[in-house]
Amino acid sequence: MYFSLLAIIYIIASATFIIGLKMLSHPDTARKGNLVAAAGMGIAIFGTIFLYEDINTGERLGNYVWIFAGLMVGGIIGTGVAKKVKMTAMPEMVSLFNGMGGACAALISIAEFNHFGHSNFAQHIIQSFPGEEAVDVASFSLPVQTGTMITIFLGLIIGSVSFAGSIIAWGKLNGKIKDWSFKGQHIVNLFVLAFIIGISIYLISTISSSFEVNNGQVINTADKISINGLIVRLNTSVHVLFYAVFFLSLVYGILFVFPIGGADMPVVISLLNSFTGVAAACGGFLYDNKVMLTGGILVGAAGTLLTILMCKAMNRSLANVLIGSFGGSANALAAGSKEVGQHKEITLTDAAVVMGYANKVMIVPGYGLAVAQAQHACHDLEKLLQERGVEVKYAIHPVAGRMPGHMNVLLAEADVNYEKLQEMEVANEEFPSTDVVLILGANDVVNPAAKTDTSSPIYGMPILDVELAKTVIVNKRSMKPGYAGIENDLFYRPKTSMLFGDAKKVLQDLVSEIKNL
Amino acid sequence: MNNIFTWIAANQQIIYIVMLMIFVGIEIIGRVPSVLHTPLMSGANAIHGVVIIGAIIVMGQAKSNDYFALILGFLAVILGTLNVVGGFVVTDRMLEMFKSKKKK
Repeated sequence: MYFSLLAIIYIIASATFIIGLKMLSHPDTARKGNLVAAAGMGIAIFGTIFLYEDINTGERLGNYVWIFAGLMVGGIIGTGVAKKVKMTAMPEMVSLFNGMGGACAALISIAEFNHFGHSNFAQHIIQSFPGEEAVDVASFSLPVQTGTMITIFLGLIIGSVSFAGSIIAWGKLNGKIKDWSFKGQHIVNLFVLAFIIGISIYLISTISSSFEVNNGQVINTADKISINGLIVRLNTSVHVLFYAVFFLSLVYGILFVFPIGGADMPVVISLLNSFTGVAAACGGFLYDNKVMLTGGILVGAAGTLLTILMCKAMNRSLANVLIGSFGGSANALAAGSKEVGQHKEITLTDAAVVMGYANKVMIVPGYGLAVAQAQHACHDLEKLLQERGVEVKYAIHPVAGRMPGHMNVLLAEADVNYEKLQEMEVANEEFPSTDVVLILGANDVVNPAAKTDTSSPIYGMPILDVELAKTVIVNKRSMKPGYAGIENDLFYRPKTSMLFGDAKKVLQDLVSEIKNL
Repeated sequence: MNNIFTWIAANQQIIYIVMLMIFVGIEIIGRVPSVLHTPLMSGANAIHGVVIIGAIIVMGQAKSNDYFALILGFLAVILGTLNVVGGFVVTDRMLEMFKSKKKK
């Protein structure tokens, strides 16, 4: 009765996940969709706590104190952190939470593996050999379901990779960890991966004959053993190898994300997000739990598609990202050194005049805007220009910032009107009729090398054609190359003027200058 | 090999679910405007927090003297809750902004 009620709850929860995701994909219903999915998650969690019964034994769950303590700790920390985090730090927050999910999946696999190693098996044996007084230890093997073992290992591997990778991605996004790679890293990565898979396959295929049977003392040498009071354990070597898989998976996660540059970070986070989805689905297999399965696979599939969409936007192949290298950084340096030209600077006053008397201004925001927390200052400038009769719009590149939609969220925080944000294709059509393009901390997304320089690592990535406009003003902190580490020709073009400084400071100064016009 | 085939046959239901869910996931995401990519990723991130159910089961089934399982389960419950609660709250905060601005 309880259990069938739980089944209904799970069905409802699965439906809310699908409906929630569906609603999340429309601007009008998005917020409600999130709440719908959250409500579904809530009933699934509490339903599990109070109604879950073991299929074989019919036992209910215990340890309520521990469970609720865990929920409280996680809930309070999670809410606190999520409420406090700045909008600019959103991508790394998502990455961190994703890592937590991955770690959770890995821990479940470890716990379940040990579960199989201990008491559960003893019970299996007693059921498997009814009425027998003794078992032949030499030919002893257990009916372990290969599928179950596979899901335990998959959950462990994918969860650990996702955890380690997400932590690295988090560290990279907030600047704590720098890019790092060594020669032949692909090969090392592939070796690590091959080791992980090799050990897993070996363990899965030999597990049913890897047991030690004893009744208090280790007696592997004995031929026969009494069934009653018997203790069955997995061999120590199996345990060692199992933890080796765990450890290697963490190493792989780290190696996998470490060398990847900022331009690929959104892709990596999205990919790790879908990994965790698959890891969660493995848990669903393991417990025959449909709601975990539905939620996990849903996210796995959606995340994978999102990853592919992002790769397309940046014209990078997923395979390249997976092997773990930001290709062609050597080429980039070469390309940079041959293009040393002169850039010209513009004073604040001149910039204010140019913008104040323009008909149409397009603002191209980038990560620099996010770092400087300049979204409000940016909105002030926009309002001021608007009051002076200047048409102001924002041109949003799909991968501007550190995540797709990062700029949209950021500008939304500053109350920038939704309709003012133009997607790349629309914006590119508008540039020819634009007087001034103001680039705020964006670099790679406006780099003409993506169109012209076949040796550039970002070659082929669609960019914002800011050069079609009459003037381009670039705000940057210095002439240093952007996140992808590539020189930008745009800065040396005759139409372009540089306006150095922190985006927020510059925008505030621009606002006061324009007021004085 | 035979083992795997039997396992597939015994778990057809689950395999059907996986197959259909893959298509559902792809269909839903396919029509998302890029404006919503970040909130959507964050929302999906919260949904895979459903893994916490596994953590609760590990925790709830652990014998009171099985400290290994208790500690693992406890950690897993905390991490899973972080994923779920943090994920939904962050998503809500992002979407809140979209909404307030739309009203104006």
